[in-house]
Amino acid sequence: MKIRIDAEKCQGHNRCFALAPELVDVDDYGAAFVLNDGIVPDDLADKAQLIIDNCPEFAIEEVAE
Amino acid sequence: MTATTPPTEPVEDWTTDYDIFDADYVTDPTPIWKDLRSGCPMARTDRRGIRSWLPTKYDDVQALAKIVPELSSKDPLVVTLPTDMGIDNSSGLSAPPISADPPEQVWTRRMILPAFAPRAVESHRQFTQDLCNRLIDGFIDSGECDGAVDYAQQIPPRVIAHMLGFDPEKADDFTTWVRGALELGLFDPVIRVKYRDIIQTFLIDEVRSRWENPRDDYLSELLALDVPEMKGREVQVVVGIANLLLIAGIDTTWSSIGSALFHMGTHPEDRRRLAADDTLFPTALEEMLRFYSPVTMARMAQEDVPFGDIVIKSGEKVLMNFPGANHDEDAFEDADKVLIDRTRNRHIAFGSGIHRCAGSNLARLEMDVALRTWFARIPEFEVSDPGGVTWAGGQVRGPRRLPVSF
Repeated sequence: MKIRIDAEKCQGHNRCFALAPELVDVDDYGAAFVLNDGIVPDDLADKAQLIIDNCPEFAIEEVAE
Repeated sequence: MTATTPPTEPVEDWTTDYDIFDADYVTDPTPIWKDLRSGCPMARTDRRGIRSWLPTKYDDVQALAKIVPELSSKDPLVVTLPTDMGIDNSSGLSAPPISADPPEQVWTRRMILPAFAPRAVESHRQFTQDLCNRLIDGFIDSGECDGAVDYAQQIPPRVIAHMLGFDPEKADDFTTWVRGALELGLFDPVIRVKYRDIIQTFLIDEVRSRWENPRDDYLSELLALDVPEMKGREVQVVVGIANLLLIAGIDTTWSSIGSALFHMGTHPEDRRRLAADDTLFPTALEEMLRFYSPVTMARMAQEDVPFGDIVIKSGEKVLMNFPGANHDEDAFEDADKVLIDRTRNRHIAFGSGIHRCAGSNLARLEMDVALRTWFARIPEFEVSDPGGVTWAGGQVRGPRRLPVSF
């Protein structure tokens, strides 16, 4: 599984970072970015889905690997 | 339960004459939203001198929050000051970035965001926890307290005073001022202007003294930032920002903490479950934010804005009904049920779009610490007199009296 964050949509709610710091980080301005090029280890697939489903800006999506 | 808002004319038709200060709306707006959503998801009113629209669908609130700058934030209060008072409306709440549109919104927001990033706010955790423990020390032996007055209300003004480097003894004054400006003053322009001016005078003194003699504190840091747009008017800009930091983080966060205590004190199953399993705190906290979202903001149309079947005409207001959006069945399963283990929760209690609450990480930290500390020491409690609970509403909704026994 691979995810991406749309920087235009992200408004820095930081829900993803709170839920899955293994997958994303945030800069000083709250803007989120994916770690490890967005590649999600198999055992974190549920967490990746969780951050997709909790983003208030619909800014995280699964992409083709 | 009763509302602290003054009596209003009865609402005959919520679709054309809604009133968010109606006592029924203040104490429990969920059935009103539900009715509106099914028949007239964009309600309107001409009360209080200006046409104002009330969206109740999640998708509509999300879409409206992104119509920038046509839907302007320059007057974000839900009630506009009457123009015949000779008061400049645009300065009703000069508190950028919340009261600004781009480009001012962008550079003022960038000034404050780093201090509110997730790791940065962690530096306030210990202070907040010590504060919560001291407050509980003050009433735990008596077996009862007012969860709103003695606990929730005490926390945010002290955290903010600590963060901004203000005299901690001023915290009670801050509470009075913010209630004057945003709660009592919403109906009474004279009170609103009075407290707005008290806050301004206080902040001008504080900021000016740091401009002349910088200290090792946050306001001095803001004054020293290298921001080209601020050059030559540093004091004025930082006073505006300090105004936001002071007023936006007090009754909002206190309302969230109070609402969570209200819920847990009236729902023993949820309370017992949370007390027994602290891994539920993160989802429970987000669910409290969704179900009891405190804040409704406003936008004002700067031009005619077509939206679905309606046109929001220039000069009309639209309420950013984040609380109502968060109860939309089309966006949340079992939207009118509290599920403290809800894992899919795309709520917008902190808003959406470019005005997402800049202090959301600090607010979450305060809620988290306030609830965990309370539950660690007072896991068994109940709202002892549900009839004695009062709710403030309008711009910010939350309990103002909350008799609790334990």
